[in-house]
Amino acid sequence: MPAAIEIDDISKHFRLYHEKYTSLKERVIHLNKLPYDEFWALKNVSFDVNWGETVGLVGHNGSGKSTLLKCIAAILKPTSGEIRVRGRVAAMLELGAGFHPELSGRENIYLNAALLGVSKKDVDLRFDDIVDFSELGPFIDNQVRYYSSGMYTRLGFAVAVNVDPDILLVDEVLAVGDENFQRKCFDKVEEFQEEGRTIVFVSHSPDIVRRVCDRAYVLDHGKIVGEGTAPEAISILREFQARGSGLASMIASISEDSSSLLAAGAVQEQISLPGDRVMVDQISVAFPGTSGAGHLTPGDPLTVTVSYNATKPISGVLVGIQLFDQKGDLVFGTDSDLLGLEPLDVGSEGELEFSFPSVAVSDGLFSVAVGFTSAIDQRIYDWQNQELAFKVISNGKSSGYLKLEPRLILNGEAVPFKS
Amino acid sequence: MLDQANSLPDKNMVASRIEDLPIRVVSPKVGVLARIKNIWTFRELLVSMVRKELRIKYKNSVLGFLWSLLNPALYLVIYYIVFQKILKNNMPLFAIFLLCGLLVWNFFSNALSSATTTIINNAGIVKKVAFPREILALASVGAALIFFLLQACVLVLALAIFQVMPAFGYLWLIPFALFALVLFASSLAIALSAINVYLRDTQHLMELVLLAWFWATPIVYPFQELGVRLTQKGLLFLYFFNPVTVIVLTFQRALYAKLSYLNSGKAIPLLPGYSPGWFALQLLIVVLVSAVLFLGALMLFARLEGNFAEEL
Repeated sequence: MPAAIEIDDISKHFRLYHEKYTSLKERVIHLNKLPYDEFWALKNVSFDVNWGETVGLVGHNGSGKSTLLKCIAAILKPTSGEIRVRGRVAAMLELGAGFHPELSGRENIYLNAALLGVSKKDVDLRFDDIVDFSELGPFIDNQVRYYSSGMYTRLGFAVAVNVDPDILLVDEVLAVGDENFQRKCFDKVEEFQEEGRTIVFVSHSPDIVRRVCDRAYVLDHGKIVGEGTAPEAISILREFQARGSGLASMIASISEDSSSLLAAGAVQEQISLPGDRVMVDQISVAFPGTSGAGHLTPGDPLTVTVSYNATKPISGVLVGIQLFDQKGDLVFGTDSDLLGLEPLDVGSEGELEFSFPSVAVSDGLFSVAVGFTSAIDQRIYDWQNQELAFKVISNGKSSGYLKLEPRLILNGEAVPFKS
Repeated sequence: MLDQANSLPDKNMVASRIEDLPIRVVSPKVGVLARIKNIWTFRELLVSMVRKELRIKYKNSVLGFLWSLLNPALYLVIYYIVFQKILKNNMPLFAIFLLCGLLVWNFFSNALSSATTTIINNAGIVKKVAFPREILALASVGAALIFFLLQACVLVLALAIFQVMPAFGYLWLIPFALFALVLFASSLAIALSAINVYLRDTQHLMELVLLAWFWATPIVYPFQELGVRLTQKGLLFLYFFNPVTVIVLTFQRALYAKLSYLNSGKAIPLLPGYSPGWFALQLLIVVLVSAVLFLGALMLFARLEGNFAEEL
């Protein structure tokens, strides 16, 4: 079965003009001496996206991930290389889809669908779905230029997901809009995943990538510097982010001309050198408060035990922990430095225990992630995730996310418990 | 959402469909034939873009389409006053003569001036959705063509009112001339729309070029006034470098159909007495030249298109 998207050695070259001359006079005056920097937004990127996969593209600002998405969407053409995309593509790039401000929402739905190659007849069939999804209701006949950015995005997403695309390209848009709409979008994305559609997702939010993507690629300076499952990619990204400032200064010191790419490549090799590391061996959870039950009730104590091994005894180690709910949203996170604790000196192997006297969450399945970083240069030694580590079953006293214990006072006197 | 009429494909259906799905190749290569094919598959979009252009142009205006008729009407009145009353040119039915040329010119100049800015004006779409962007330029030509047809109704009406007999032996040339005009305008429109993204001067330059071009074309004055003098100097061929001249002449010859008129006993020549075959040959040359220009424009467009999203 051929892949949905085949990206074959593409590069994208930009010229960054120091001053932009778009008038004829200036062009003539500055003929042949336009000051510009060569800039490779993408360099020899190759990978395939298989059918039914949700692939994330992550990277810091300027890493080329949005440029890559635009090339896949055929909005930008690569300077060299080739991308083959099969089937209908709907793209949600940054703020909203392509709308014309002078036209009404209704007219824009038809126009946008026509741009995506959908016939008027098919739009007629789906028109009500689109309006329902966008929640625009009575505003659908207003000119789009009077829409708020939220309305704009909602309409764009509504069109994109309702034109029956084989491939959906999404760039950060889910960051806009109220929480309700975001949830609806994620539901729709999940629906697409179940239907076996292909999604390429650009984000710099690790939480969203973890929640949505099967696989992810990490981009840095236009190159792919890592790939793996979503958590793996995120830990690679974190490593790069932690190195961020260091990276820039190293590039500057290595080369002062504009051939920074070579320099960046050299730095990447250094980063990927393993060096001394502390690695998470195993994460296990225990419920000391419960008598053998396989789950917690809200407010019970919890211990997370981490066994580790290191290439050699290392001092100045920070340890961090994160709890995620079933959707991949961060529920809790901290590290030993934030807690105000001294950096650890670890031996070549050993065991660490996080002890929570009370886990104040209500129902849910939770995952635990534990990692080690260096206190000296913030280097991430290792970061491991334990999916579905523990389960909390509420005692029926409350609903919602949190376990809170309010007291009820009536006219200054506590309301008594039932006898 | 789930109970849609055409239910969404399940996994197996997706798998079986894959072989049939169209493949879009994104690469820096310039394939002119592939582009023409692509424009053809998006022809429905072209129609809705033309409709959009028209709707936007007269959105929030009370008179709407009437405006497009008021423009030639005003021209008629002004030129009539200036040439017939002030300059005392005694040409019979000057209004009809003028309208023949003006119709062609209005189409040409509307098409080019709106196509020049179309990509900038549609930046919101160009930056977000992939589609053959030539369609934007072609939609400008299409919208101008709709106005042309509306204004042509005015001309037909005028012909009926003044009981002017067209030259029936030349009438069959009109569709041919219109085709040549549309092809020529389309090729320039595609090229200009792309160039203006990088060189914004183009739109201002075009205003001047179109003004000069208007007077270089025998619209307000009869061809023979200049033609006779140019023939004496052996420079007539220069005049025919302008394809619009051929097209305007065809319209005038077929619809106005007067070769000369008598002024105080003297015959004043108006239009050349060429045969229909001569016109057909000239139009054929225009079509061939325009076809070559069209392919060139597509190639230029393809080269420039790659960075539109960044330049806008």
